[in-house]
Amino acid sequence: MKRSSLAQKIINAPYILWAALFVIAPLIMVLYYALTDSTGAFSLDSVKQIGDYGGTFILSISYGAVATLISLVIAYPFAYFLAHTKANFQRMSVMLVMLPMWMSFLIRTYSWITILGESGVINSALGKIGIGPLPLLNNGGAVILGMVYNFLPYMILPLYTIMAKMDVRLIEAAQDLGCGKLQVIRKVVFPLSVPGIASGITMVFVPCVSTFYITQKLGGGQVNLIGDVIEAQFQTANNYNLGAALSLVLMVMILICLGVLNYFTDSDDEVNGGVLV
Amino acid sequence: MTKTSKLAKLYIALIFAFLYAPMAVMTVFSFNGSASTYKMSGFSTQWYLRLFNDEVTMNALKNTIILAVVSAAIATAMGTLATIGINSMRNKRLRSGVMSVTNIPMMNPEIVTGISMMLLFVFAGTMLGRKDSLGFATILIAHVTFQLPYVILSVMPKLRQTDSRIYEAAQDLGCHPLKAFFKVVFPQILPGIVSGALMAFTLSLDDFIISYFTNGPAFQTLPIHISR
Repeated sequence: MKRSSLAQKIINAPYILWAALFVIAPLIMVLYYALTDSTGAFSLDSVKQIGDYGGTFILSISYGAVATLISLVIAYPFAYFLAHTKANFQRMSVMLVMLPMWMSFLIRTYSWITILGESGVINSALGKIGIGPLPLLNNGGAVILGMVYNFLPYMILPLYTIMAKMDVRLIEAAQDLGCGKLQVIRKVVFPLSVPGIASGITMVFVPCVSTFYITQKLGGGQVNLIGDVIEAQFQTANNYNLGAALSLVLMVMILICLGVLNYFTDSDDEVNGGVLV
Repeated sequence: MTKTSKLAKLYIALIFAFLYAPMAVMTVFSFNGSASTYKMSGFSTQWYLRLFNDEVTMNALKNTIILAVVSAAIATAMGTLATIGINSMRNKRLRSGVMSVTNIPMMNPEIVTGISMMLLFVFAGTMLGRKDSLGFATILIAHVTFQLPYVILSVMPKLRQTDSRIYEAAQDLGCHPLKAFFKVVFPQILPGIVSGALMAFTLSLDDFIISYFTNGPAFQTLPIHISR
């Protein structure tokens, strides 16, 4: 026993050391910068400034929530239909859903400029029949579209995984007992798919709330979310302390959102994210 | 359950069109005769020639691949070892504590992970009296850190499925623990290790946000180069 516990310590040491240095210590640094000023002295200035960004936080959550909800509404029927197609088709489709994730996130976002721009694909097509150009780009709608487009696969995959694993006999039993189609979905499929919904929401909501690239490219400066504000503190305004304070609030806020979600769905936390494989 | 209504098929097709249309548009315009991403004027491969002759872009591509290979190799080795360690922990509270810490980079928004590491590197840099603390080493550390949970989470289920009695039997039959591990456990968890490594590699290739905050001017990856 003694020897095996020594071996275990040797096995665990590198990882625990790494996690302490590069996961825990950086978070402590965020706290440190949030509570100091540019000279390194203790100060609550940055924390006091957080209140000025309350509106930005609310706006970010709203954008994230809307994009997540739209993704869920689009992805749910897709996953349901897909889970009831032929096995070969399912395999191919899952590959096709995952493929866009291997393409650069930047290019995927950028490609929408080509489509939505003033002389883009849609507007030049509309122009031929005498409409427009419509202001499709540089507004909130374009940002939401960018979010939904970029993160839709993260919603589809967990939903599909759980629907494909669902016991068909339960659905058949409900039908035998006189359930209509909608009733089957409402009373059997939906409750069983809740863990998939929860991990889908997590995987879409978190990147949406904290994004800055999508808003900058598709929002054209019209939509300023918390990610943009934080990014600006580090890249242009050089106010690391305020940036750290805002990051800290963003982190806590998202943890609370996830906590609430987990509380209502009671999903197994070790499964989260594993569905991607 | 193979009957799928026409409406369902149409819906599936529509979603795929939505997912692939922007990429199709980009691909078409990459063969454009002019410099516009709006109007097609003739077919040409000039942009590809320009791309392959552009030293900065090619250098960024080389950096991206080097970073992805090295970081994925480190994360896979360390992550596999860590999974074995975590799995054999007897203290339940310690074990779930370590797992929670493991999940942090995955649950945290990427921007927070990126910024927290940047702050650590900048702080350590000032402590050591160096102004340009961001570079290859920092971006490598950052990539390994955000890949580790994905490796651990893909090896863990495989390791849980292995029967520890076979490992014990091998030792009873005179195998050295290390040899027993490589002969018995390793082949069984290999699929998990491979999928973890592949995932780590692709995550690194595509990463923009964390790289954006932890890269230095001396070492730019392709996503960083594209964004500029």
